[in-house]
Amino acid sequence: MNIWWLMLVCGAITFGIRYSFIAAEGHFQPPGWFRRLLPFVPIAALTALTAPELLLMQGEIILGAGNSRLWAGLVAIIVAAVWRNTLLTIGCGFLALFVLQRV
Amino acid sequence: MKAAEAFSLGLRAVMPILVGVVPFGVIYGVVALQSGIPALAAMAMSAIVFAGSAQFLLAQLVGVGAPLLLIAGAVGMVNLRHALYSASVAPILAHLPRRWKILLAYLLTDEAYAAAIPHILVVAPNSSRSAQAHWILFGSGFGLWAGWQLATLGGVLIGAQLPSNLDLDFALPLTFIAIVVPLIDSRARLLAAVTAGAAAVAMAAMPYKLGLFVAAMAGLVAGAAMPRRAK
Repeated sequence: MNIWWLMLVCGAITFGIRYSFIAAEGHFQPPGWFRRLLPFVPIAALTALTAPELLLMQGEIILGAGNSRLWAGLVAIIVAAVWRNTLLTIGCGFLALFVLQRV
Repeated sequence: MKAAEAFSLGLRAVMPILVGVVPFGVIYGVVALQSGIPALAAMAMSAIVFAGSAQFLLAQLVGVGAPLLLIAGAVGMVNLRHALYSASVAPILAHLPRRWKILLAYLLTDEAYAAAIPHILVVAPNSSRSAQAHWILFGSGFGLWAGWQLATLGGVLIGAQLPSNLDLDFALPLTFIAIVVPLIDSRARLLAAVTAGAAAVAMAAMPYKLGLFVAAMAGLVAGAAMPRRAK
């Protein structure tokens, strides 16, 4: 199999997915319910990416003290909710992870 | 806000994410070489496909000699969630010339979208047209793109000697937390987050990251379905 063909095909598919709605905008009138979903995209998509990173260890849900990333993540969630500062959130999250891994 | 300021805003917003993405890119370079992909092709992959988790899958499937159609289908499924980002930014980019739309679609990744979206919501509330929103997206997209290419180069050249257990990848979920939590300003949005998060954990075992896409869809529907009064 030619790796370069594979690359072009996969690049075209990936670009096509990313370009799909951007290209279609203005050429079709999306239904109202579709428009109502869109404001939730950042929250739903990014939480879907994040939750498994915090709750799962090797595919298992671990809620105990052994899951440092879960507790460090909860610290980050609280810091983000109170101070709404990106760098502070990341700093406190890493600090919490560092401490939790060593107690 | 001028175009240069908006570009710089996007670029700065993606910097914390690069802390997590660069080690990921280095590891991709190593995995690609181990799968028998030549160095030049491994780097070209980062430029042409430009999709982190799909490139990992691609390298693994090439390593086990999977057929082209299966690999292409798998890459498509892994990247399906990017259609949501495309739909999300489409109204904001509607007025732009096609070359801008093509450029920003090419750069539209989880990370670039995540970094740009809080700032886009400020300059273009309710998906209104804005003279600057596309420059913010270009700034975050370009920053991530440059970091990803350099990381791949690093992985291909010196990869295996780098320490891999530094927990730097944790920068990614932390940055997403920093972005998402301040956006949750209503019960409908909270419901969308909780639904998407719980569904993603429940469906984490689905192949090709399809669970992510289904979970995100579940979150969208849950948020939109909440009665307006309760919001």
